[in-house]
Amino acid sequence: MDVLFRNVRELVERAEKEGKLISEIMIEQEMLITDRSREDIMQQMERNLTVMEEAVEKGLQGVHSVSGLTGGDAVLLQKYMQQGNSLSGDLLLDAVSKAVATNEVNAAMGTICATPTAGSAGVVPGTLFAVKNKLNPTREQMIRYLFTSGAFGFVVANNASISGAAGGCQAEVGSAAAMASAAIIEMAGGTPQQSSEAFAITLKNMLGLVCDPVAGLVEVPCVKRNAMGASNAVVAADMALAGVTSRIPCDEVISAMFEIGQAMPSAFRETAKGGLAATPTGKWLESKIFGGSVVGSGQ
Amino acid sequence: MKFKSVFDIIGPVMIGPSSSHTAGAARIGRVARDLFGRQPKWAKIHLYGSFAETYKGHSTDVAIIGGLLDYDTFDERIKTAFEEAEKLGMSYEFIPETGNVDHPNTARIVIGDEKSEMSMMGISIGGGKIEITELNGFPLRLSGNHPAILVVHDDRSGCIANVANCLYKYDINIGHMEVSRKERGDMALMVIEVDQTVDVEVMGELRELPNITQVTRIAD
Repeated sequence: MDVLFRNVRELVERAEKEGKLISEIMIEQEMLITDRSREDIMQQMERNLTVMEEAVEKGLQGVHSVSGLTGGDAVLLQKYMQQGNSLSGDLLLDAVSKAVATNEVNAAMGTICATPTAGSAGVVPGTLFAVKNKLNPTREQMIRYLFTSGAFGFVVANNASISGAAGGCQAEVGSAAAMASAAIIEMAGGTPQQSSEAFAITLKNMLGLVCDPVAGLVEVPCVKRNAMGASNAVVAADMALAGVTSRIPCDEVISAMFEIGQAMPSAFRETAKGGLAATPTGKWLESKIFGGSVVGSGQ
Repeated sequence: MKFKSVFDIIGPVMIGPSSSHTAGAARIGRVARDLFGRQPKWAKIHLYGSFAETYKGHSTDVAIIGGLLDYDTFDERIKTAFEEAEKLGMSYEFIPETGNVDHPNTARIVIGDEKSEMSMMGISIGGGKIEITELNGFPLRLSGNHPAILVVHDDRSGCIANVANCLYKYDINIGHMEVSRKERGDMALMVIEVDQTVDVEVMGELRELPNITQVTRIAD
């Protein structure tokens, strides 16, 4: 298959050589591979953006999962921000609360857009709708934010993994946070190379993160990991915009993430057998939620 | 490259909570339903790896049943798929397996009715993407990204050429094709991923070809 980029280096080189945004390279590649029109592709992405907006709105009104493990934290955070005493700053907390909102909706079996997965679906929209208030982007720029995220996610998915069962949480929330970070750079007017630096800085700080969901539910600690993924993304974007660079190139960080995932015992890859899932409280919650029988029958 | 489209990364739009364990599971169920060609009366679903360990928490079971009822990943009815199955009189059973499989998110779906039964193995590779790895004992690879045609036939010379000629006649381009057989002269299977949608007329013509037993299409 002919593609315009297979790794981040090729993506950045192409964007800089042709004087294009990373989102533009992603759109062009999508047109090339799927043989669809630009308009068609942009419209589909706008529909995804709308789903994300609606999920955030719903989460900010307050939702609760069936298990009762998660819900309501997005509301708490927004109320706290309104008091005006937040230590980490309103933009950061806004991103965190909107990431939480999305994942609370997901945990409650609401409608979300996977970015790149459902368990990590809060980070990209959470950061987008927070940064939006500061940067005042056009609707098209918001759609492009998703293409830029997608371009980096495409590289990770094909060269490493975006599955918690295969690579742990670093592959899900780690990838999502790094993707978001790269997209913030483009929206803020940074260069493709700065996107790559922000991506590398973010992912480096999420390496090794295990997938250990309590009771196997996409709730604890997933929702709060999305919160921290969002904050990592925003901070790393600021670092890259300030001129900080990653000593380890982006593609090598992705390779390292893959290798770490491969070496990760299965107890830490979405089996709910290790880490937080295996703590006394984790086990207790599991038995409390799933006390009953396993096999269902429709007849 | 396993992930071809940006919408594999930013998407799918889906009912939570897990892209691999809920959306991917629904897609595996739906492909099985497509392959079977009608609503099955019963389903036995074997779950492996992470699917076996966490299927209840991720609603993997509900999602697979939803898929078997032909629901898409964003169909709100997924949430009540068990009740819907009951209404339609489809019985189901989930069997968590301990055996080792190549991929941690693997499901074997055995479905049937009074006429026939079918066995299919699918894996959920992340972000809602799935691959079908086995059909009735035949190993195969189906990305689910393109329309595909499955042709079960007798292992005789000319079958593949006839099918290819028929597709050519309707200007349908073959993107990927795999052929396999149980034994020489025995039952064989063609898996053909194509770039265009395959309409009823083409399907009918394929069925009329000599030595062809069954033709099924999987839409995009």
